[in-house]
Amino acid sequence: MGSLSGLLDGFANALSPMNLLWALFGTTLGTFIGVLPGLGPALTIALLLPLTFQVDPAAAFIVFGGIYFGSQFGGSTTSILINTPGESASIVIALEGNQMARRGRGGPALATAAIGSFVAGTIGVLCLSLLAPVVVRVALAFAPADYFALMVLSFVTVAAVLGNSLLRGLASLGLGLLLGLVGVDLQSGQPRFTFGSLDLLDGIDVIIVVVGLFAVGETLHLAARHRSTREEITPVEGSLWMTAQDWARSWKAWIRGAFIGFPLGAMPAGGAEIPTFLSYFVEKKLSKHPEEFGRGAIEGVAGPEAANNAAGAGVFVPLLTLGIPTSATAAVMLSAFQSYGINPGPQLLTSHADLVWTLIASLYIGNVMLLVLNLPLVGLWVQILRVPTPYLYGGILLFATVGTYGISRSVFDLVLLYAVGLAGFFMRRYAFPTSPVIIGMILGPLAEQQFRRAMTMSQGDLSVFLTRPISLTLLVLAVIALSAPPLLAYRRHRRALASA
Amino acid sequence: MLDRRSFLAATAGLAAATAGLGLPAAAKPFGSVSLFIPGAPGGGWDITGRVIDEVLKKNGLVRSSRITNVGGAGGTIGLPQFINQYDGDPNALFIAGAIMVGAIITNKTPVNLGLLKPVARLTGEYQVLVVPAASPVKTLAEFMALLKQDPKAVTWAGGAPGGTDHIFACLIAKAAGVPLSGLSYVAFTGGGGEAMASLLGNQVSAGISGYGEFAEQIKAGNLRALAISAPSRVASIEIPTLVEQGVDVTISNWRGVFGAPNLREAETAALIELATAMVQTQDWKQQLATRGWSDQFLPGAAFAAYLEQDVAATRSVLADLGLAK
Repeated sequence: MGSLSGLLDGFANALSPMNLLWALFGTTLGTFIGVLPGLGPALTIALLLPLTFQVDPAAAFIVFGGIYFGSQFGGSTTSILINTPGESASIVIALEGNQMARRGRGGPALATAAIGSFVAGTIGVLCLSLLAPVVVRVALAFAPADYFALMVLSFVTVAAVLGNSLLRGLASLGLGLLLGLVGVDLQSGQPRFTFGSLDLLDGIDVIIVVVGLFAVGETLHLAARHRSTREEITPVEGSLWMTAQDWARSWKAWIRGAFIGFPLGAMPAGGAEIPTFLSYFVEKKLSKHPEEFGRGAIEGVAGPEAANNAAGAGVFVPLLTLGIPTSATAAVMLSAFQSYGINPGPQLLTSHADLVWTLIASLYIGNVMLLVLNLPLVGLWVQILRVPTPYLYGGILLFATVGTYGISRSVFDLVLLYAVGLAGFFMRRYAFPTSPVIIGMILGPLAEQQFRRAMTMSQGDLSVFLTRPISLTLLVLAVIALSAPPLLAYRRHRRALASA
Repeated sequence: MLDRRSFLAATAGLAAATAGLGLPAAAKPFGSVSLFIPGAPGGGWDITGRVIDEVLKKNGLVRSSRITNVGGAGGTIGLPQFINQYDGDPNALFIAGAIMVGAIITNKTPVNLGLLKPVARLTGEYQVLVVPAASPVKTLAEFMALLKQDPKAVTWAGGAPGGTDHIFACLIAKAAGVPLSGLSYVAFTGGGGEAMASLLGNQVSAGISGYGEFAEQIKAGNLRALAISAPSRVASIEIPTLVEQGVDVTISNWRGVFGAPNLREAETAALIELATAMVQTQDWKQQLATRGWSDQFLPGAAFAAYLEQDVAATRSVLADLGLAK
């Protein structure tokens, strides 16, 4: 069966009125859990697994697909409006998105995120339908040495979020790296920085640090300054809708984001965060308005949001072609397959083609459903900004607390949340950027593990990073990304001097 | 995040309320049962617990049930909580498995499974040693020879250190007479996806996991199975055991249920009876078949004896690795 006819059959299966209702249920639920800091799609789908005892596979996967994409979108909404990312992949979206919202451009920010999600989701699902077998072969060629080089390249993106002071930015990065070290070391099994506490053995959850630094830290910061300086938040200024210029600046970012996100999402160790970091860096470097970055550049929302969504589609490449789950959500979906007596493996596409295509079609329907749901709601969402700050942030604190307690039911995690929040307050107070903490915390452990795996496999031979073509290419790219901007600036400076 | 964090299932709100009420065990057996799962929703223990719950209710063996999830640190976060909260509760069942044995030792948990009443080992999965399809190694004998010749050059992909995969690799290395410190064991996490990718990408010499995880890839010819860790041939699995190939290594990633500490003998017996009744139902057999779990039912005292052996074997390997004293 050809890909296209398979996809059309999938749509025929998925497009029943009942299934559309399931899609509506899934995307709505997904949006809610995405808005709530802490609760993620993996946990929600896991809790809904008993649904597989009751309904047919198509309906279950439509709900799960809806939750998956809905939660990604919900996470961006809170990032943009109230600087509270619900998940680690949306922190980059908060950088520019929230700046836009504060300047009365929340409407366009939400719109570019919604349309960008849709565009990237469409590209992602199309690539999934047509290119999956090719992409997966490339993804399998990545060895730990190559992943390490990819992490090195991703670290370059820190340069884009360091802020004005190099020293402060690097200090934040160091804090993130340190937090990432806590817990049992995966290669040796030895606990590090746990101080004998069982609660720290599994490490510190990135979500808790994200919610603590952003939601709690921001709330404390605003509370401390509320009486002295009035933070000026303009709910809506100008058009609620995207202007022609917004469109012109967004569309390339969407496409670039999608093509960064999809292949990285398809890699077994790629994840959803790294593509958003890389996309942000690329957009900042390519933008004609680099000075706007940090003050609400629309490309900085459009690109990472598209990358995030396309990576979400990419995750299905190894899952559907090889039966390999590469994220927590994919792992839960895999157990949903098993509930129906299907063991996903390399034969899934041939033995259960109808189910695979139904799943892919339902991902697409989820995407359309999200756009239809969210675009008309942009005006409503923006109204949140009219809520007086004390009430708004009181509510955020409540949701952050409930959400964190919801993940683990652990008092220890709550204490940790507020400790991190307090740290976030002081970092804001003394102008330390908070994003490098998260980047360090996500990339640090990944880079370390991949480095040590590479070393075990090469028996300690460091040259492996230079002899493997993929690794070498990525390292060269990293060097160029770091050295090109200052070099170009120097040349421009020289030329300016010469002509003067 | 899922495998790292614990969670209270939506149904668990009343668990604490029923705990410690001390309903007389013999009078009204199992009107309600509390299932305590020391892993997060969606994981192996969670699915085992939820299947048990489903089968028990469907067959009228219990009227109602509550499920509590407290995950993290290989179950060693949930274990002390269960011991504290359900002490002497005759209606509580604790799900546990081989992974917890290793985690208790390496995490130096002050409590251990010995405090609980072993009710039954229910399911298990045997470990399989595979090589990529492109590997020149065709048999276990060739693999052992290669391992003896240059232990460091043989790279193994498997799960977290101290887990069943790692212990299995160490037992094979011990059988080959190779020092454990020289093993090139590469640990992966994340539902086995990355480990599988490294095998399919032909980046490692060998891989270790439960049979279920490899089954489809073996059938597709992407991986070559050299040996399975069962004591004797398993029906429907065409892989020779290590034992029959002259390597005396057996291991099982078992899962089972335990009763609360300080139960009276009659109360423990009632739980064993419940488990025995459950494994005889058609629904349970159906679930084993669908999910590819092998039936390793072992009730009460026999389970206790098996557990003791498993703990000793695990401890000796972990001590050699420097992960246990």
